[in-house]
Amino acid sequence: MSVPGTWQFCVRLVRRQLLLAVRRPIEIGNPLLFFAMVVALFPLGLGPAPQMLGGFAPGVLWITALLSNLLTSDSVFRSDYDDGSLEQLLLAPQPLYWSVLAYIGAHWLTTGLLLAMVAPIFALMLNLPLAALGTLVTSLLLGTAVLSLLGGIGAALTVGLKRGGMLISLLILPLYMPVLIFGSAAVQAAVSGFPAGPYLATLGAMLCLAIALAPLAAAAGLRISIDA
Amino acid sequence: MPSGPAGTPLLAAQSLCLARGGRELFRDLSFVVHPGQLWQIEGPNGAGKTSLIRILCGLARYGFTGQVQRAVPQLYLGHLPAVKALLTPRETLAWHVSGDGVYANDQIESALTRVGLFGYEDIPCHTLSAGQHRRVNLARLFLSRAPLWLLDEPFTAIDKAGVDELQSLLVAHVAAGGAVVLASHQALQVSCDVHFLNLGGSLA
Repeated sequence: MSVPGTWQFCVRLVRRQLLLAVRRPIEIGNPLLFFAMVVALFPLGLGPAPQMLGGFAPGVLWITALLSNLLTSDSVFRSDYDDGSLEQLLLAPQPLYWSVLAYIGAHWLTTGLLLAMVAPIFALMLNLPLAALGTLVTSLLLGTAVLSLLGGIGAALTVGLKRGGMLISLLILPLYMPVLIFGSAAVQAAVSGFPAGPYLATLGAMLCLAIALAPLAAAAGLRISIDA
Repeated sequence: MPSGPAGTPLLAAQSLCLARGGRELFRDLSFVVHPGQLWQIEGPNGAGKTSLIRILCGLARYGFTGQVQRAVPQLYLGHLPAVKALLTPRETLAWHVSGDGVYANDQIESALTRVGLFGYEDIPCHTLSAGQHRRVNLARLFLSRAPLWLLDEPFTAIDKAGVDELQSLLVAHVAAGGAVVLASHQALQVSCDVHFLNLGGSLA
């Protein structure tokens, strides 16, 4: 009967978001299909020479992952804003920082995590050396989490706008760039036989920073969006 | 039963002023809501009823002057029902985003029965009507332990029997030491005193 504690409330929010995602599987499938289609465009545009494709593969995979994450970031708070759930969330006695983190975490579980899981298949399509697959998955796991957190800031700021899709891209693409640089560099290093550890460590550091700061910014953004 | 500390105000508003689009909606609005009081905010469309409720509950934080002091947990029901089309009424209430209490299954069932949704507990909300969406949201009133209720047009899309039921619930809540502030055009037919806050003109 008592008010749920912060942790309990976060678990509840994550379960709710995951259930909503499972009930609308197209939302989970869309970014993955987008990823598959765009990756399939590159051999058509660049030519199917395996050697060349393998060289471009780290960049291609990372840019495509980034774009497919961008595609979904608008939806993190959108439906909750439309039906009034967001107002209720803002009035909840639990700290908004953790609630926002729960929303973004659920978003990552249904986008970034799945993307990192299927990425090796497309990496093989692009002739990425087998030795780099582990690094690709690790860098995507870390990197997409950062992308989801940054996307959450953009989503929170633009949720009050009717068509925030374009604006959110302009807002958060500059923030995505460091992640892209270190993510694709990690895979590139693994392809060339250099240690990828330093790049992955940098991505991990970015993730720590993003976990600490992004929910604060997103929470402030939500308060502004609801107030407007 | 919900109750606030006797005598201490649940909500205090001090010299609230709000202007929108160059027009002053209200100025120097001060009032204190004590336990056991039912307040009705009146006024024509555009008088600032919703804006006032949003200021009182804390959703609006900028663009007005004055102070609001909330002493107790509150329950706010706005224009939007906060009901997800893909969730069932049971899930909506059990995992409500407002961070309400942890409710047992039978509490949720009895609340849904009280709002006339018996048999609809496990049906996705997108198959329910607009009025039933409102009723899912109103079921929170039967579950909540918050002493202070801030309700924005709670009677919208509710049928006559539902309005009667809701009014008696408000009376019961007030009698138990809670307080209600509601914005509505409808004349309340309740057995307790109603304090009016008229935004169209002077304070009554």
